[in-house]
Amino acid sequence: MVTTEQNIDPKLIPILEAVSDPEIPVLSIMDMGVVRTAVIQNEIVKVQITPTYSGCPAMDVIGDDIKKALEDAGYKSEIELILSPAWTTDWITPRGRKALEDYGIAAPLGAEADKDVLLHGKRLVKCPQCGSTNTKMVSQFGSTACKAQFQCDDCLEPFDYFKCLK
Amino acid sequence: MKDNLYQYILGIADNSLILGQRMGELCGHGPSLETDIACTNISLDLFGQVRSYYHYAAKIAGDGRTEDDIAMLRKEREYVNVLLVEQPNTDFANTMARHFLFDVYHFLFLTELKKSKDMTLAAIATKCIKEVSYHQRFSSDWIRRLGDGTEESQMRMQAAINDLWTYTDELFHQTEADKAMVSEGIGVDVTKLKAAYYEKVNTILEESTLSVPESKYFQRGGKMGIHTEHMGFLLAELQYMQRTYPNMEW
Repeated sequence: MVTTEQNIDPKLIPILEAVSDPEIPVLSIMDMGVVRTAVIQNEIVKVQITPTYSGCPAMDVIGDDIKKALEDAGYKSEIELILSPAWTTDWITPRGRKALEDYGIAAPLGAEADKDVLLHGKRLVKCPQCGSTNTKMVSQFGSTACKAQFQCDDCLEPFDYFKCLK
Repeated sequence: MKDNLYQYILGIADNSLILGQRMGELCGHGPSLETDIACTNISLDLFGQVRSYYHYAAKIAGDGRTEDDIAMLRKEREYVNVLLVEQPNTDFANTMARHFLFDVYHFLFLTELKKSKDMTLAAIATKCIKEVSYHQRFSSDWIRRLGDGTEESQMRMQAAINDLWTYTDELFHQTEADKAMVSEGIGVDVTKLKAAYYEKVNTILEESTLSVPESKYFQRGGKMGIHTEHMGFLLAELQYMQRTYPNMEW
């Protein structure tokens, strides 16, 4: 049985919250759910992070950014990349979802609705610009591995949809 | 045990490396911008998965080699990917047919690998399968669009399926390392995936108004390191930087 719980020392939360995803700068890595463990052991902060997608090129940068942020706060740290339990879009916090929407990226729907929009062309994804659900998928793959490309048929703006990963 | 496990991991990872390289070749050459981005996204997923596997393989080998060494510095005969994934990108129907024929297998394989007694392999499989389910949707969708498309697209997709069919049987061929790992409860018995594979593939082909090839003549060899003529050219490009500027990093 694997635990899906996070283990993060409350003292470290403000430091980690200041680190953002390099590809989505409005989104803190804490709201993204990629930090699974951050504990202080023998004056060293041990951090475990998990990738959103296996090939996500942001992970190396996130690791370096965490190290730098902790160093600025006076901590030495060790960063470890873990694969299990595998990241899911359910770990994005409500605040994270709001940050995505404000930034112009539609937040992931539930797994079933996700299949409906990506496979059967149903119009369920809300346009982050005008709020209309009169939107269509342009491509299952978007500007990064985690997103699909959509377009709004009302305001005509193209936008990214953060794909559901479970 | 250690040698078999190492060899077993390569057997999984090399498929993703070589297919990832083929998909990556479409960067800047896809038939449309969206498709180009999709293919390179898939390539990136595959390379990401490969890093996890080779990282583990390097740890098992324990001889100072890194994941990069394993990926970039082997000779052709030391790569044990199936012949299917090294086949070249000719037209887009061919590229999608190759990807589809591998994706269906990949998904079934990872579903079983998730149950491996080896915790690292099980964790990698659990991670990868989420990505591979998107790959499978993408390639299946193109089989349908081109198969059930225009006269020209159907003709090309049928030709691609017919050409690549000969490489499908190798997916279910067991190597010595496979057998050893299956008996340890670590590996997946690929012979048991065969029926489900052809059922799924045939269903999608039929939905796409394509006919299932009847040929019973199959090629194999990649799993033993005996590759088609395309492999050398692929490796020449893949390994160019490391061979020309040994140990370079960026």
